[in-house]
Amino acid sequence: MGNTSSMLTQYDIEEVQEHCNNTFSQQEIASLYQRFCQLDRNSGGFISADEFLSVPEFAVNPLSQRLFRMVDGLNFKEFVAFLSAFSSRATLQHKVEFIFKVYDFDGNGKVAFSDLLDVLRDLTGQFISEQQRELVLTHVLEEAGYKKDSLLVLSDFMKILGNTGLKMEVEVPVD
Amino acid sequence: MVISQRNPLSSRTSKMNKLTTSSSELDLDRPNIEDYLPTDSIPQPHAKLRLRDLLDISPTLTEAAGAIVDDSFTRCFKSNPPEPWNWNIYLFPLWCLGVVVRYGILFPGRVLILTIGWIIFLSCYIPVHVLLKGHDKLRKRLERALVELICSFFVASWTGVVKYHGPRPCARPKQVFVANHTSMIDFIVLEQMTAFAVIMQKHPGWVGLLQSTILESVGCIWFNRSEAKDREIVARKLREHVEGTDNNPLLIFPEGTCVNNNYTVMFKKGAFELGATVCPIAIKYNKIFVDAFWNSRKQSFTTHLLQLMTSWAVVCDVWYLEPQNMKPGETAIEFAERVRGIISARAGLKMVPWDGYLKYSRPSPKHRESKQKSFAESVLRRLEEK
Repeated sequence: MGNTSSMLTQYDIEEVQEHCNNTFSQQEIASLYQRFCQLDRNSGGFISADEFLSVPEFAVNPLSQRLFRMVDGLNFKEFVAFLSAFSSRATLQHKVEFIFKVYDFDGNGKVAFSDLLDVLRDLTGQFISEQQRELVLTHVLEEAGYKKDSLLVLSDFMKILGNTGLKMEVEVPVD
Repeated sequence: MVISQRNPLSSRTSKMNKLTTSSSELDLDRPNIEDYLPTDSIPQPHAKLRLRDLLDISPTLTEAAGAIVDDSFTRCFKSNPPEPWNWNIYLFPLWCLGVVVRYGILFPGRVLILTIGWIIFLSCYIPVHVLLKGHDKLRKRLERALVELICSFFVASWTGVVKYHGPRPCARPKQVFVANHTSMIDFIVLEQMTAFAVIMQKHPGWVGLLQSTILESVGCIWFNRSEAKDREIVARKLREHVEGTDNNPLLIFPEGTCVNNNYTVMFKKGAFELGATVCPIAIKYNKIFVDAFWNSRKQSFTTHLLQLMTSWAVVCDVWYLEPQNMKPGETAIEFAERVRGIISARAGLKMVPWDGYLKYSRPSPKHRESKQKSFAESVLRRLEEK
């Protein structure tokens, strides 16, 4: 896919579809490409920080910094793969994996107490004191059978989030 | 459950009726954007807080992903490139012929018309301006007529087909005209019918020169978007102008920026708190002939004008709508939104809940903080539950 052309060929679409495990239909991929080109204003082939933050609804999101780090510098194929967790065809496993990746900032496959604290801090800002945050987290962790210094892995996340109705879907507008 | 894209038109109206202006806001010109941003629509259950509830960040992630995939703000400023129709063997030569006609015949003809227009204008305007210094009333009348003339020449130079509907505006004190904004040519299209005084951003280059010389004579007000103190000065000037009896009717574009003529962004309340009658004007361009949206980030005004002069025509409708007064108990923001609704309905535009100035700056951290606050409160509340 040349970064100057704004037309996708059938081959391109199929390649992207395969890469995201068929979680998006071809029409949705074409729509996402239009959106990608629209956001990538300087046609650099990826969306920069400035371009992401120029979407007000994204900029006001408490987790925008974390998400941005995950999506920074991605080309279109990887962009679609990133969004595939939000497709209605994505499996629960896939969605939980995505959430795990948001927590696992350094990507070492383990989520520590500090990682949990960081995300909670992003979500609550200055409206809960740091002490209170730690107390809340320790309390719910112990209640669920973990200790403050436990390291959570993906299977733990699957266990905790797995059997609840996890709703994480976004509809891709198709003209 | 599929969380589909939020319909910007859905029950925002119910939220709008409960708007209050926050007096602690330093940005007096900006309505409370928190009221327009979607609050967490997932109902916070009142059950005891569990680990699962803290780990499940899916609502926030979904909102972020939704914004990445589509957002109402970017939609407003998308300029639609013309659909290429010249893709086959007989259409292509026709298109080439069209290009030849447009660039070779129409464009020079238009440049000629414009030049003649400028010559006539300047040869009348300069004497009038200089010689009639003492006779202010007469000079003003003549200058008004001349400005209307040069605007007509401009419109002719794009083969403008403008249809005006509704009663012609008349100059009365205590009234203000507001219109939706697509390009700087909105001003020219309206000015050829009535010499308005307008409030504009000061531009550089030849436009700025025109602004400071000729437009001064119809009584224009300048502002600078980036200067905060400017706002009070401008508000004062607006009020003085509206109350004066001899001034030209004032035209304001409350969106504050150019939008692509499919949507309207939020109106700034400045025009609606002058204690004057507001006369709405709706402008809609016919996109078949040319997309009149001036994407100021993509092209300069000169390029935009040249693009218009090498198109077939600029076709638009202008509706002068019924004057509106502030209803008792209505705030300036509610009044602005009501007028925006009237204009959008007439011109077939969708209303979106965004401040046009977000094009130039980031939303303030207040919005993120309100989300954080509501989540924090729910966590603490549920912690107490047994």
